Amino acid sequence: MGVWDYIVDLFVNVRTDWIEFLQGQGLASSLVVFLDGLIGITLILMFVFPTVIIFIWLERRFIGWIQLRPGPNRCGPFGLLQPVADAVKVLFKEIIHPTEGDKLILWIAPALVFFSALMLFAVIPIGEGSLGALSDLNIGILYIVAIGSLGVIALFMAGWGSNNKYALLGAMRAVAQLISYEVPMVLAIIGVVLIVGSLQMSEIVGKQTIPFILLQPLGFLIYFLGALAELNRSPLDQVEAESELTTGYFTEYSGMRFATFFLGEYINTLVVATIVTTVFLSGWKGPFLPVWLWFVAKVFAVFLLMLWMRATLVRVRVDQIMAFSWKFLIPLALINIFITAGEVLIWDEWMSGWESFPWPFIFVNWAVAAILILLWSKLFFKLGGGRVEVREIRDRYSQGYGVNPSAPVP
Amino acid sequence: MLADYGYIALLLIAAITVPALILLLAKVVAYKSKRPDPDNVKSSTYECGMQTIGSSWVQFNFRYYFYALLFVIFDIETVFLYPWAVYFRQLKFFGFIEMLIFILILVVGLVYAWRKGVMEWK
Repeated sequence: MGVWDYIVDLFVNVRTDWIEFLQGQGLASSLVVFLDGLIGITLILMFVFPTVIIFIWLERRFIGWIQLRPGPNRCGPFGLLQPVADAVKVLFKEIIHPTEGDKLILWIAPALVFFSALMLFAVIPIGEGSLGALSDLNIGILYIVAIGSLGVIALFMAGWGSNNKYALLGAMRAVAQLISYEVPMVLAIIGVVLIVGSLQMSEIVGKQTIPFILLQPLGFLIYFLGALAELNRSPLDQVEAESELTTGYFTEYSGMRFATFFLGEYINTLVVATIVTTVFLSGWKGPFLPVWLWFVAKVFAVFLLMLWMRATLVRVRVDQIMAFSWKFLIPLALINIFITAGEVLIWDEWMSGWESFPWPFIFVNWAVAAILILLWSKLFFKLGGGRVEVREIRDRYSQGYGVNPSAPVP
Repeated sequence: MLADYGYIALLLIAAITVPALILLLAKVVAYKSKRPDPDNVKSSTYECGMQTIGSSWVQFNFRYYFYALLFVIFDIETVFLYPWAVYFRQLKFFGFIEMLIFILILVVGLVYAWRKGVMEWK
């Protein structure tokens, strides 16, 4: 095997050679799993931490570029060392915790955010075959859905443990928002599961001869918007709305405990970007370049899309956020499931799978997605998308009575 | 099969160790103020600069209760949807109709809650 062939599928090749070497030593199979797992986890951490540091740098730099300002540009070339400098600074900061708070819960909460984000990397395939992911579970997607919802508990622990009103309100919002957006996210993935017929991540990537974003545009949109809300990113970051709640659930956090929260959130962002990449953008697949390079490139593309949305759109009001999930995303996700199920029936009855001739379905799905979004937005606003009073005020305003609520109704 | 979960267990240990190490390192190296804090102001909870009034561990109007109820219903629905989605190719048209009826029953509940104005901010 040439050097290039080795580099192309680096993660898998390193692990294959390592397992072969260990088995050659005549070790017990459990010990082989243990040592192989150590190498796999080391490689994953070597991927996660530098990427997160680049993400933090990129977020500030890219948004600076969009907003026509330089962004951090003093530490190192292009300000690349800024996240490192921040980390060192924050490490030496004093940790202040409120005496009235619950000390143990305050300690556990940031670690739990970190933990739940890191656990998700177990099933993300970075290379071909069953060795591509650290552990290629046959229930991969279900694992992601289950572990991914652990973060909610951590946020509520932080809010409750602080014994601070802002933190508690932020935590309440966080729980309400996160559980609301979990449902459409979970429903959006079912479309892909229907097409693939398996929950295994390696199979989901393996079946994607074309990226599933083409066959599942609506599913991708719903998942992506749901993920933005899950991550508390702008424009859906009501959880930590500075103008209302100071910073929400981590108001009382300082020093490295705050930074652990922050890091955990960025690892969460990274893991959501990798899930979107794997499920909808055909994961590590791509021509010519090494598979891990394709994977990283797609992850960064998804992240830049998130940043673009953050820089472009204004923050949405809290009632609008909840209404958007329950009245917009969930009905569309349910419709999407049945459209996909109908197509799967057509493929099985009259065609030999979609792989042979997917183009009419791609066209139909994009058209259906566009029409559904347009029609449903009309219905959504007609039925008073968010708060009812807002509609009344708008009606008053359009009739020339101004926005004064105490003015007489015409 | 069991080995797959062995990897998960290893990652579990790593995922607990890494944040614990970070937090412990911070505890060791972080600056510790020796200044007296007689009125307990510095370590009181933040409330826009004024003295903290009371605890936040009190009963209050929880507006998200109906969302929580709806969430439980729809999350359990997804638990049923996943196995259905995996075996849909075997179930064929029968499975399609059956799931349609199941979802319709739940959608009736969603529409009812919508029309009742449960999901509106008042």
